[in-house]
Amino acid sequence: MTPVISVTGLTRRYPGQVALDDVNLTIGTGTITGLLGRNGAGKTTLLRILAGQEFPSAGSVRVFGSPPAENEKVLRRLVLVREDQEYPDFGYPDFKVSRALRAASFCYQNWDAGLASSLLEDFGLRANKAIKSLSRGQRSALGITIGLAARAEVTLFDEPYTGLDAVARQVFYDRLLAEYADFPRTVVLSTHLIDEAAALFENVVLIDRGRVVLDAAADGLRGMVTTVSGPVLAVDSFTKGRPVWERRGLGSQVSVVIVGQISGEDRERARSLGLDLTPLSLQQLVVHTSGRQVGAGSLAGRTSA
Amino acid sequence: MEKTGRSETVREMAGLDEGTPLFAQVAERLAADIADGGLAEGERVPSTNELAAFYRINPATAAKGINVLADEGLLDKRRGIGMFVAAGARAALLARRRAGFTDRYVEPLLTEATRLGIGSDELIALIKECSNEREGVAV
Repeated sequence: MTPVISVTGLTRRYPGQVALDDVNLTIGTGTITGLLGRNGAGKTTLLRILAGQEFPSAGSVRVFGSPPAENEKVLRRLVLVREDQEYPDFGYPDFKVSRALRAASFCYQNWDAGLASSLLEDFGLRANKAIKSLSRGQRSALGITIGLAARAEVTLFDEPYTGLDAVARQVFYDRLLAEYADFPRTVVLSTHLIDEAAALFENVVLIDRGRVVLDAAADGLRGMVTTVSGPVLAVDSFTKGRPVWERRGLGSQVSVVIVGQISGEDRERARSLGLDLTPLSLQQLVVHTSGRQVGAGSLAGRTSA
Repeated sequence: MEKTGRSETVREMAGLDEGTPLFAQVAERLAADIADGGLAEGERVPSTNELAAFYRINPATAAKGINVLADEGLLDKRRGIGMFVAAGARAALLARRRAGFTDRYVEPLLTEATRLGIGSDELIALIKECSNEREGVAV
């Protein structure tokens, strides 16, 4: 797959802090990637650098084959929707939603005005509402509307749904998939609501303290990490020789988190030993992986084809 | 899919489980639909994008699921039109299911029965009893 984004040795330092530390990453054309990690892990910095809004301290960043910073040719084909998107009012205190959409329509060559109004309708946002009076969730809805209607070849969403309720988020996921089907593009979505969005991703990239600790095919991670629980002896016998991430005990019962695919034979054996096998969701996997570079490395090695 | 219970997560809504790759689950569900006759031989299979929208999953994942069945010869690709259920697909799937019956149902049943101290004679009696009850209901 041709990479539309490629990042090599990217480091970004702030005074007294390293936000990104030797990040290497490629993102294939026409994929949906989940960008995961804790607050302050470096997700926003990475997206801002990809969108040319910030400069790398070291390393190389290529979007459509060129550095994005101050590069009109790249930036016209890219949109970044930020968590705390500000909309300029150009000095008009009653600057309206419709005006913001009009301004966006000048920036993006593939802008679809019909799509923008149908998204506003789905989110229950009126076009004649003043930007200043929008709630947090309505601001997010406007950002998402612009992000999707821009139909930019590279579409970056940085935690786009602060303040949106579950119904509105489902609207976003459904419209994202529909739009992606109609007008394929490369999407990177950073999110904390991992389980909710997990099935939308083709790939996931996990950043922890400025470093990429996991870069893998999302579907391949399903069933890769499992909690085995039951009586100590039986659990120990079952988990012998497997990489263990965590072990918690209570009386004669233990719960052990192991890495590796569980075969049908394993399942049968667990059943006869009276053990419970519970697969970890992507969200739980991320919690376990953050701050565990060695384990994550072995996981990435197994799953990224 | 109905838009009820939208606060549930994507995967819960589609009824997909956490421990198995999604592409395999898509393949399994299509196979079950063919085996049960819901998708007849010669009928068009939902497209990648239709499956992606329905299950709320990445289209590449849905495509991988379809390809599993195509590689097994259960689907035929007609260029520019889509995927269709191949002739003989239903019989092949039913034969496969039958072959897996012991592993999938009989073995776990025996395991649990042993754990509860239910011997094979008692187990057979229980099965007959349930079967008779069902027939009673059906009549």
